[in-house]
Amino acid sequence: MTDATASPDKVTGPTPDNAIRDAERESGPMLAADGTPLKKSLARAQRRQKMRALGLVAPLLIFILITFIIPIGQMLFRSVENQIVPDTLPRTVEAVESWDASSGEPPSQEVYSAMARDLVVAEGLKIHTRVGSRLNYEAAGLSSLFRQAGRDVDETGEPFLDAFEESNEAWEEGSTWVSLLTTEEYQSEIAEWQARSDEVGRSFDEPAVDVAYREGFEEALPRTTDMFSDFAYVIGSEDGESPLEEEPWPLVYLSLYEDLEANPEAIELFEGEQRALVEEAMAATEGMGPYDYRAFFEEIDEEWLEPDIWETLQVFSGPYTSGYFLSAADRELTPDGVERVPENERIYGTLFLRTMYMSLAITFSCILLGYPVAWLLANLPLRTANVLMILVLLPFWTSLLVRTSAWKVLLQNQGVINDLLVWLNIVGDGNRLALINNQTGTIVAMTHILLPFMILPLYSVMKTIPPSYLRAAKSLGATNWTAFWRVYFPQSVPGIGAGSILVFILAIGYYITPEIVGGEDGVFISNRIAYHISTSLNWGLAAALGSILLALVLALYWLYDRIVGIDNVKLGG
Amino acid sequence: MADTASGDAFVAFERVQKSYDGETLVVKDLNLSMPKGEFLTMLGPSGSGKTTCLMMLAGFETATHGEIKLEGKPINNIPPHKRGIGMVFQNYALFPHMTVAENLSFPLEVRKIGKSDREAKIKRALDMVQMGDFGGRRPAQLSGGQQQRIALARALVFEPELVLMDEPLGALDKQLRESLQFEITNLAHELGITVVYVTHDQTEALTMSDRVAVFDDGRIQQLAAPDVLYESPENSFVAQFIGENNTLGGRIKQKSGETCVVELDSGEVIDAKPVNVKEVGERTLISIRPERVEIDPEALGPDAHTLKAEVKEFIYMGDTFRTRLSVAGKDDFIVKTRNRAGQARLQPGQTVHIGWLPQDCRALDA
Repeated sequence: MTDATASPDKVTGPTPDNAIRDAERESGPMLAADGTPLKKSLARAQRRQKMRALGLVAPLLIFILITFIIPIGQMLFRSVENQIVPDTLPRTVEAVESWDASSGEPPSQEVYSAMARDLVVAEGLKIHTRVGSRLNYEAAGLSSLFRQAGRDVDETGEPFLDAFEESNEAWEEGSTWVSLLTTEEYQSEIAEWQARSDEVGRSFDEPAVDVAYREGFEEALPRTTDMFSDFAYVIGSEDGESPLEEEPWPLVYLSLYEDLEANPEAIELFEGEQRALVEEAMAATEGMGPYDYRAFFEEIDEEWLEPDIWETLQVFSGPYTSGYFLSAADRELTPDGVERVPENERIYGTLFLRTMYMSLAITFSCILLGYPVAWLLANLPLRTANVLMILVLLPFWTSLLVRTSAWKVLLQNQGVINDLLVWLNIVGDGNRLALINNQTGTIVAMTHILLPFMILPLYSVMKTIPPSYLRAAKSLGATNWTAFWRVYFPQSVPGIGAGSILVFILAIGYYITPEIVGGEDGVFISNRIAYHISTSLNWGLAAALGSILLALVLALYWLYDRIVGIDNVKLGG
Repeated sequence: MADTASGDAFVAFERVQKSYDGETLVVKDLNLSMPKGEFLTMLGPSGSGKTTCLMMLAGFETATHGEIKLEGKPINNIPPHKRGIGMVFQNYALFPHMTVAENLSFPLEVRKIGKSDREAKIKRALDMVQMGDFGGRRPAQLSGGQQQRIALARALVFEPELVLMDEPLGALDKQLRESLQFEITNLAHELGITVVYVTHDQTEALTMSDRVAVFDDGRIQQLAAPDVLYESPENSFVAQFIGENNTLGGRIKQKSGETCVVELDSGEVIDAKPVNVKEVGERTLISIRPERVEIDPEALGPDAHTLKAEVKEFIYMGDTFRTRLSVAGKDDFIVKTRNRAGQARLQPGQTVHIGWLPQDCRALDA
C-alpha cells in the first residue's frame, strides 16, 4: 500500500483508520481498508457464504419448482388460455372477424367455407370434439353441433368430386393428384415413405413428408395446395397413408375448381396430358359453382344459420380469453360487453361467499374450543400435559376419511346423536335434527378436523407466557378474569393469529369433508373446482376459480398483515 | 426461636405447614411475627421453603396447616387480589404488551381510581424510582435495572402497606445490585412500608434487613438482626451459611455457665463459649470466624488460645490476605488478615502459632 518505513501517522493513503476518519469527515459511504466502499466489500465477503447456503437449499428449491410451482403455474395459466380455438379453427377465426354480429344475419359463404375446411382437418385429426367442448362452456349445445358436423363435413363439395371423376377416372387416383401438383423430388420421397410404411405396417410412426409443390402452384392455386397439404398431413399422421394411394377429400376437388374459377390463367401451369385432364374436369363442372357452403351446413343442422353461434365463435376466437374468469364471477362476455348471467345461473358468487363465512365460522369455533385446551396443555404438569397432547395429536394419525365418515355415523338422521336426543326426549322422533348434508354438518366436522391446527400454535405461544404474569396481575389487585383478559389474553393473541390463519386458509380450500358431509348447501368452492377438474373437464374454469381463491387468500393474508402484523404471528418460541 | 406473641404483629405466621405432595413437608411448623415497618429478609439455600412462605403470604399457595394473619386477621381464605399486598418478582413480570405507564396504571385501574388521580400517582411512583421520563416506553426497551425499578414502582404505586420481594435483584450485575439494594432500603424506610424480602444472597440479607430469618429444611433456623446473626449464630447451619466460618469437631469435657472446655478430635483442649450444647460428653462443632483468628497471638493478650498451625496456601486478595492452614488435623482452616504495612507474607510449609479469644469461639451443635 505505502512505504513500509513510513510512520503510521503520516500515511495518507487508505488505511482503516484513515478510511473511518474520511468517512466521518465527508459523511460519505464508509470505506474498507483498500478504499472500496465498505458495503461492497462486505457483500463480496458474504457472497461465498450465500452461495453455499443457496447450494444447500438448491435440491429442495428445484424439487419444489418442478413438482409444485411449475404445474400450479401451468394450471393457473389455463384460466386465460384459449389457444384451442385459433389453433383448431384458424381459417374460421380469420374469416369470421370481419362479420358484423349486430346485423342479425348469418355470416357470408366465405366464413362457412373456412369452417368446412377447418372442420374437415379437425375431424381427420379427431380434435373437432375438443373445440366443441371448449365452446360449449360459453354456449350450450355447441358440443353436439360440432360432433354432428364432424360426421358429415367430409362430404362438403361431393358433387364436384363426382363430376371430376365422371370426366376422367384418373381423378379417383391419389397418384394423379400427386403428379399433378408436386415436385418430382417429393414424388420419389413419398413413394419411398409409402414403401417403408407398407413394410412396417400399423406400428409405422415416421412423420409424413411435407408436400413440396411445383413452382408457382402455391401462388396460383392457394386453396388447392392448402387443402392438399392438410390432407396429406392428416392421412400421413393418423393412418400412415400417403396421398399416392388415397383419394383426396371432396374439398380438394372443390378447391381446385374454385381456384381455377377465380384465376383462369392458372391453367397455364399444367402441361400436356395433365392440362387436358384439368381442362376436361373444368368442362365437366362448368356452371356448377359457386358451391353453397351455407346450404350444406343448413342441411347438417339448421342451428348453423343462427348468428348466436358465430357470435360466440367471434368473441372467443383469440388465443387468450377472460371468459373463464367472467364465468367464475357469474358474468359472461357478449358482443355488447360484460353482463351478469341470468339470476338462476349465478352460483359462484354464492359459493365464494359461503366458503368465506363458513371458513370464518369454523375458525371461530376452533378458537372457542381450542383455547381452553391449549391453556390446559400449557399449564398442566408435564406428565398430564403429555397425555393430553397425545389426545390432541391422535386425529393426525387417523385417516381423514375415517374421521369424516365417523361424523357421518354420528350426525345422520338415524345417527348416534339424533338417537340420543330422541331417547332423552329432547326432540321428537318425528322431527329429528338435520345435522348432516348441510352447513351444520360441514362446520361440525371441519371444526373437529382442523382443531389441532389451532391448538398447536396456541399452545406453543402460551407455553412462552410465564405464569408469573398472572400472579403479578393478581398481586396488583386484578380478579382472575381481569388478570386473564388484560394480561394473559393479549399475550396469547399472536397464537390466535397464527392458528386462525392456518385454520382459515386450510378451511377455505378444503374439499373432502364438505364433499362427504356437506350435501347441497354445505359444499365449498373447492368442491366446484374439483367438479370442473374431474367431471365437467372444464379445466379453464377450474383454474379461474382456483386463481380467484388464491388471490382471495393472498388478499386476506395481506389484510391480516396490515391489521395484526405478520411479525406478531408466532408458531412457537 | 421466634416470638409467637403475635398479638399486635402486622404479619404473623402461626404454626404454618405446607406440603405439595402430601408426603413431605416443604415448610415445617413456621412461626413468625413482624411488626409494622420492618424490613425482614428470608434467607436460605434453594429448596429451604423461603419462597413457599412468601407465596403463601401473597396468596398464591395455601397453607396445608396453620394460620397466616395480616393485621391480626387470618387471610388464609382471602384470594391474592384482595390482600392488597405489593409484590416484586424475580423476573420483574412487567406486562410486555403495555407501556411502563400502563403497567403502573393497571393496579390503579382495577381499583377503579379516577384518571387524574391515576396520573398523579403514576408520576409520583416513577419519580420515586427516578424513572420519570420512561412512562411511554415498553418494558423490552429498558435495561434490567430499569425494569426492576419499574417493577418496584408498580408494586408501590397502589400504596400497599406490605410489599413482598422475591429475589428481585437476582438477575442484575453486582454494581447495579448494590446500588438498588441501597435504594430499596431507603424507599422502604421513607415510605414506612413493611417488606418481606426473599434472597439467597447473604450479603444482600445482611446489608438490607432489620431482621433476617435464616431458612433451612423448612424451618427458620435463626431469626435475628444481621449483626447478631453473624456474630452469634445459634447453630452450626447458620454459622456456616452466614459468612465464612472455620469449624473444628470435638467433644464437651466440661461445662460451666458461660464457658466450656472442649477436647478437639486431635486431642487439644480449648475453651469455648457454649451456645447450642447441653451436656458434657456431647459432640460439638467449634466455630471461629476467619477474621477473629490472629497469626500473631501475643497481640490478643493472655486470655487467648494458641494452637500450632502449618501454612498450606497463601492467597493475596488486595485488601486482605487469606491463609489456608492445617490446624488440629484439618486442612481447611482459613485465616484472614488485613493488608497492613509490614504484614508478613507467609510461605507454604511454614509453621506458625495462631490464636483467638475464647468468646469468639462458639461451641455449636454437631
